[in-house]
Amino acid sequence: MYKILKAEKLADKIILMDVLAPRVAKHCQPGQFVIVKMDDKGERIPLTICDYDREAGTITIVFQEVGASTTKMADLKEGDAFRDFVGPLGCASEFVNEAPEELKKKKMLFVAGGVGAAPVYPQVKWLHEHGIEADVVLGAKTKDMVILEQELEAVSGNLYVTTDDGSYGRSGMVTAVIEDLVQKEGKNYDVCVAIGPMIMMKFVCLLTKKLGLPTIVSMNPIMVDGTGMCGACRLQVGDQIKFACVDGPEFDGHLVDFDQAMKRSQMYKTEEGRAMLKLTEGDTHHGGCGNCGGDN
Amino acid sequence: MADVLKKVPVREQEPKVRAANFEEVCLGYNQEEAMEEASRCINCKNAKCISGCPVAIDIPGFIKEVKEGNIEEAYKVIGKSSALPAICGRVCPQESQCEGKCIRGIKGEPVSIGKLERFVADYALEHDINPEGPETTNGHKVAVIGSGPSGLTCAGDLAKMGYEVTVFEALHELGGVLVYGIPEFRLPKQKVVAKEIEKVKELGVKFETNVVIGKSTTIDQLIEEEGFEAVFIGSGAGLPMFMGIPGENANGVFSANEYLTRSNLMKAFDDSYDTPIAGGKKVAVVGGGNVAMDAARTALRLGAEVHIVYRRSEAELPARVEEVHHAKEEGVIFDLLTNPKEIFVDDSGNVKGMKVIKMELGEPDASGRRRPVEVPGSEYEIEVDTVIMSLGTSPNPLISSTTKGLETNRWKCIVADEEFGKTSKEGVYAGGDAVTGAATVILAMGAGKAGARGIDAYLKNR
Ligand SMILES: Cc1cc2nc3c(=O)[nH]c(=O)nc-3n(C[C@H](O)[C@H](O)[C@H](O)COP(=O)(O)OP(=O)(O)OC[C@H]3O[C@@H](n4cnc5c(N)ncnc54)[C@H](O)[C@@H]3O)c2cc1C
Ligand SMILES: Cc1cc2nc3c(=O)[nH]c(=O)nc-3n(C[C@H](O)[C@H](O)[C@H](O)COP(=O)(O)OP(=O)(O)OC[C@H]3O[C@@H](n4cnc5c(N)ncnc54)[C@H](O)[C@@H]3O)c2cc1C
Ligand code: SF4
Ligand code: SF4
Ligand code: FES
Repeated sequence: MYKILKAEKLADKIILMDVLAPRVAKHCQPGQFVIVKMDDKGERIPLTICDYDREAGTITIVFQEVGASTTKMADLKEGDAFRDFVGPLGCASEFVNEAPEELKKKKMLFVAGGVGAAPVYPQVKWLHEHGIEADVVLGAKTKDMVILEQELEAVSGNLYVTTDDGSYGRSGMVTAVIEDLVQKEGKNYDVCVAIGPMIMMKFVCLLTKKLGLPTIVSMNPIMVDGTGMCGACRLQVGDQIKFACVDGPEFDGHLVDFDQAMKRSQMYKTEEGRAMLKLTEGDTHHGGCGNCGGDN
Repeated sequence: MADVLKKVPVREQEPKVRAANFEEVCLGYNQEEAMEEASRCINCKNAKCISGCPVAIDIPGFIKEVKEGNIEEAYKVIGKSSALPAICGRVCPQESQCEGKCIRGIKGEPVSIGKLERFVADYALEHDINPEGPETTNGHKVAVIGSGPSGLTCAGDLAKMGYEVTVFEALHELGGVLVYGIPEFRLPKQKVVAKEIEKVKELGVKFETNVVIGKSTTIDQLIEEEGFEAVFIGSGAGLPMFMGIPGENANGVFSANEYLTRSNLMKAFDDSYDTPIAGGKKVAVVGGGNVAMDAARTALRLGAEVHIVYRRSEAELPARVEEVHHAKEEGVIFDLLTNPKEIFVDDSGNVKGMKVIKMELGEPDASGRRRPVEVPGSEYEIEVDTVIMSLGTSPNPLISSTTKGLETNRWKCIVADEEFGKTSKEGVYAGGDAVTGAATVILAMGAGKAGARGIDAYLKNR
């Protein structure tokens, strides 16, 4: 069992937890993820490592309630435990293995959308600890959904916060901010790292392709084992098929087939919809939604 | 009195009934039936059957005890050579191993060695009879990677010799393919697999789940930082292959591993578990091995019409004959000498059909089997909503790519000798599918035993 040492609500439906998992904490690097499983009957849920404390042996995760499993997970309190917590999985971000002198010459722009702030944070923090200040665009739907602002502020060069509805920071989507920075504010970047909902990464990539700005994205397809055993997480990247869990999760965003990836992530929509109804409506859900026709 | 040339028939669930449930298909012998079948064994002096068994169980020895009703004694005889008899009795390809060599098979049917072994092992599980316990520990620490049959066997054997063994497993359950691949209706998880693993635990073996070697820690770190003096790699061959045909990334195309893992490991067939599975209404399973049969029969039980699409003919099907027989009885349709060319996808990204081509058998290839060649112009379309690719698997490079000085061959298999499982790296031994590529449970067990011998010799001579 993997004990939850802290559980905190960051925003509506966004939860942060510190979990005791010394083996993971000892070896993890920015860019990697874990898979958690609540109990005997739970799903295996992949979540990016948001922070780690090697001494205390803890891993920080931040997740959004989107479906049945994450909603149930949100009920866990400090002192509860996950049945399973495995990692670190996937490859570390490429820059971790780059020569420090080379890396210092690069101007990097991070783009975080929604809970994407969680996976962006450890990367920017790592760079900061290695003397590199990267710029960060932090986007959210609205003011209340902006997360990890102080944390990012402390480790980034310039932090540009934006909200879709203009209720906080700049106004508009992250793509508009990137465009402004590069085209109006004369910023020059060598590489962009964009992490957030697939649709956001797709549009960031369309833009940066036009701007000639190489872009890395962190893909979050549906996974089962996370060790390369099932192929559920496969993606078309250029002319190759890649398994996100072992070859990624980070890829060259200009090569990823986002449209296919987005369709693949809808795969279990009806099934999961039923699971969600079962969870929220208990035994009364059968036959009510007009969708699945009940279990008979 | 029954016909002595024939096996005592084994009771099975009716095909119509079992096609709709996940309970075990074969019900096994009771003691009376087992004793009757045992009496068909003529206790050969130079027993050929033993040479057909990769772990050389003293087959006439244990059958003699069964004949006399001494089931506990029979279990002890088997226990000397095999740590997982309830499993092997169920899944070994007996027709090409022990039973394939049995003298009785020349004129009639061979002795039903597998079913007898299963009976003895089940009896031991039910009556809590344990294998001979460990001596006092010798203080030497050995790490075993993977809890499939090779790892379990190696760990069990080393524990019996007095080593302090820890098994590291990447998944959240123990058993490897036995829990994530082979379905419940062929190998019950709680009743059989979990109980046999319990026996390995009783020998003093420690288990740590959720540890991916190569990620959570490495072999070098196990040796340098955690004090393990030797390591056995039994990590299997889990990486699924795809065909590389158009449409293969559509929703509704699965590797057999994914389909089976969702159903077996994650128990998607049971509504009270959270993991979903898209069972499909009309399913094509591509391939003809045990894995393909398991995927097909799982899809059938989830309510689909199922076709096996296999490019050679029935004679070449690599699956156990019993599985092919069971699949047919249950209503799986065999589209033989047929191969997929393309998968058709609708606008939402879902499978809507598949183009296949007829094949004929040409000259024998390297495997000795006649090579299938396409019949020009014979393409046609079949309507399916799900395609399960069961084309074989290869070893995962996670371990070999993170371990200094560990030699692999061009199929990414770890290079290890057969007798002791010795690899190119000192103190590191390997066996099972990780070395041979996808093979069988009993070969993996044999390799686990070899590894245990190798590690024992290595640590004694240090
Ligand atoms: C490598 C990786 C890292 C991830 N890191 C994080 C993280 O740090 N924080 C976080 O909140 N989430 C993260 N995710 C996504 C997270 O795993 C999913 O949100 C979660 O599995 C949903 O489970 P559920 O049962 O609650 O929802 P479901 O009921 O499975 O899904 C609800 C809805 O979300 C969609 N969906 C399902 N899976 C995903 C997915 N992987 N990505 C996007 N949409 C999906 C479905 O189409 C469905 O409509 C990550 C995913 C991967 C693969
Ligand atoms: C669906 C299916 C049906 C089959 N049917 C039969 C049959 O009827 N009869 C028969 O004889 N054989 C059958 N086989 C083949 C047989 O199951 C395998 O040959 C056998 O299980 C191999 O054993 P193993 O110990 O080498 O590996 P596995 O059983 O594959 O176990 C390897 C274990 O190592 C773990 N692992 C892998 N990498 C790591 C890592 N980096 N760190 C930690 N742990 C790791 C895996 O999670 C797994 O648990 C079947 C296989 C499948 C897939
Ligand atoms: S272990 Fe397998 S091959 Fe050996 S006797 Fe038993 S069933 Fe036959
Ligand atoms: S070959 Fe057949 S008859 Fe002879 S000992 Fe073996 S099982 Fe018995
Ligand atoms: S999640 Fe199974 S291979 Fe990636």
